[in-house]
Amino acid sequence: MSLVISHLARRFGATAVLRGIQLEVGKGELVALLGPSGSGKTTLLRIIAGLDWPDAGGLSFDGTDWLGKSAAERRIGFVFQHYALFPHMTVRDNIAFGLTVLPRAQRPGKAQIAATVDGLLRFLQIDGLSDRYPAELSGGQRQRVALGRAMAIEPRVLLLDEPFGALDAQVRRDLRRWLRGVHDSAGTTTIFVTHDQEEAFELADRVVVMNGGVVEQIGHPDEIYDHPATPFVARFLGLTVEVPVAMRAGRAQAAGLDLAALPRRALPDGPATLFLRPADIQPVPDPAAPFRVTETATTGALLRLVAESEAGCRIEAEVPRREARGLSVGQPVGLRIVAGQIFPGGAPSAAAPTDASRPLKEARP
Amino acid sequence: MTPAIAPAALAPRQDRRAQWLLIGLAVALTLFIVVVPLVYIFWRALSEGFAVFAQNIMAPDTLHAIWLTSVVAVITLPVNLAIGIAAAWLIARFTFPGRKALLTLIELPFSISPIIAGVCYLLLYGRQGLLGPVLAAGDVKILFALPGIILVTLFVTSPFVAREVLPLMQAQGSEQEQAALTLGASGWQIFRRVTLPNIRWALLYGAVLATARAVGEFGAVSVVSGAIRGQTNTLPLQIELLFNDLNIVGAFAAASTLTLIALVVLVLKTVLEGRTR
Repeated sequence: MSLVISHLARRFGATAVLRGIQLEVGKGELVALLGPSGSGKTTLLRIIAGLDWPDAGGLSFDGTDWLGKSAAERRIGFVFQHYALFPHMTVRDNIAFGLTVLPRAQRPGKAQIAATVDGLLRFLQIDGLSDRYPAELSGGQRQRVALGRAMAIEPRVLLLDEPFGALDAQVRRDLRRWLRGVHDSAGTTTIFVTHDQEEAFELADRVVVMNGGVVEQIGHPDEIYDHPATPFVARFLGLTVEVPVAMRAGRAQAAGLDLAALPRRALPDGPATLFLRPADIQPVPDPAAPFRVTETATTGALLRLVAESEAGCRIEAEVPRREARGLSVGQPVGLRIVAGQIFPGGAPSAAAPTDASRPLKEARP
Repeated sequence: MTPAIAPAALAPRQDRRAQWLLIGLAVALTLFIVVVPLVYIFWRALSEGFAVFAQNIMAPDTLHAIWLTSVVAVITLPVNLAIGIAAAWLIARFTFPGRKALLTLIELPFSISPIIAGVCYLLLYGRQGLLGPVLAAGDVKILFALPGIILVTLFVTSPFVAREVLPLMQAQGSEQEQAALTLGASGWQIFRRVTLPNIRWALLYGAVLATARAVGEFGAVSVVSGAIRGQTNTLPLQIELLFNDLNIVGAFAAASTLTLIALVVLVLKTVLEGRTR
């Protein structure tokens, strides 16, 4: 393991921003720090960079303590959310900056710096822009220049703060694939911060989900998607429907729900909460079922509907519109559950989705 | 101001008289308050011909006043730049107890009448002042000499640079400096290659304003300089002196020099304003 973070804590005044972060990042890995705003992910990134310092805990790289080193000594590449390019320098001078500030003894010659910059410009596919100023570039181009400037010093670790946050959707998707390609061919250990789960999942080898200054879950994207470890992660990843169920012999039971597809769980008997994605709920017309469709809305591709039972249970489901014949308001339906996550304990209504997870719930249907 | 786009033909007809009345009033006020006095200075200075004008400018006392004013300006400028940058950097980049108080302190000279500054220096450094005996013992002469003039001029002009640079530094934030830090730049390299280029126009603008004030300052300087002809008389003091001597052409000739400096500064300021905004 090259980067080891242990028991890291940081508070700003009365607010504990980081509360005991444990994380190891291997050489050449691409890791995403994912979480809502205020989860402490940017603070963690800044501490790794040497732009901020923890109140307690350890940070080491390849066995050397990094907390005793300045940002410059750590030789990290940091890409700021708004790029922080030097406006009075051309693209070429921006990228060369890290090489030109080296002590005279280590500084490469002019020709060598120029060759390095040329190589990076080609590698990042911005060779036509070398004499432009940052103000003359588009957002995506600035992002590439910022990355080039960070990579010029051959950083041990590349750190990116919301790398695509300031770009529009199309550029975002293109750059994401491009960045993955850059990482795969450069092989630099990379950590990036994002609040967009689609971005984190598509790009990263491993995703670290953070909330309230603690790590909620670390894992491969598919693993986190299929098996969220905590109610927070479940909600954050779009399992926004919460249904009270009763556990009996490892199986969940609830009136009107067909839960046969869910695997057996090693949970004690008693009340539990089932977390569901609206798309993992299939309403089946059934005159004897306790649920009744009370609202429908269409997005063209999807039909969103609300099913309510007499007991007051309200469930939102999402089905492909063309397969949704017969699901009109008033129709009694049974609900077949394709996949879901169960956490022990009841009272789901108290644990309504947080505001932070709301804008993200449709990021991955 | 008339709108850039002519109103459509069917728009309701406006009464133009009020418009012209207001424009006329503004023009008349500008003429009598600004333009006429300015033109009059040059007209009076040259009223007895260029030879007399030149002779008055070349009078030893006036020449010395011009020289003294230049010396004061040249010495105060770098000090003002250093103080202004340091203060702006401190306030924009750090939070510390007393930050607000420092901000107020920097702006204090703006709200204090210059004559009060002069009197304060008189009470502090004067023969009967607080530090008078110490200075006399060390044979250090501050009042009625160049050091005193420079000190009060610094007091009066110190806020200008910080006032121009600080808002810009606050607006730009410190991200570029942090980026330079992660790229391995030292403190001095960050300042010279990132901070300074970003604030250069505001810095120059502040320097122009401070210099204009340093050259034109009358009140504070008149208290501490003693107005010794050919020794501690700056240009503004010399003008007053000549005027009191009823040497009208001489006074206006000296005034025209000062006005010329002011006009050059004004042009510089306008050019720089376009660059900073």
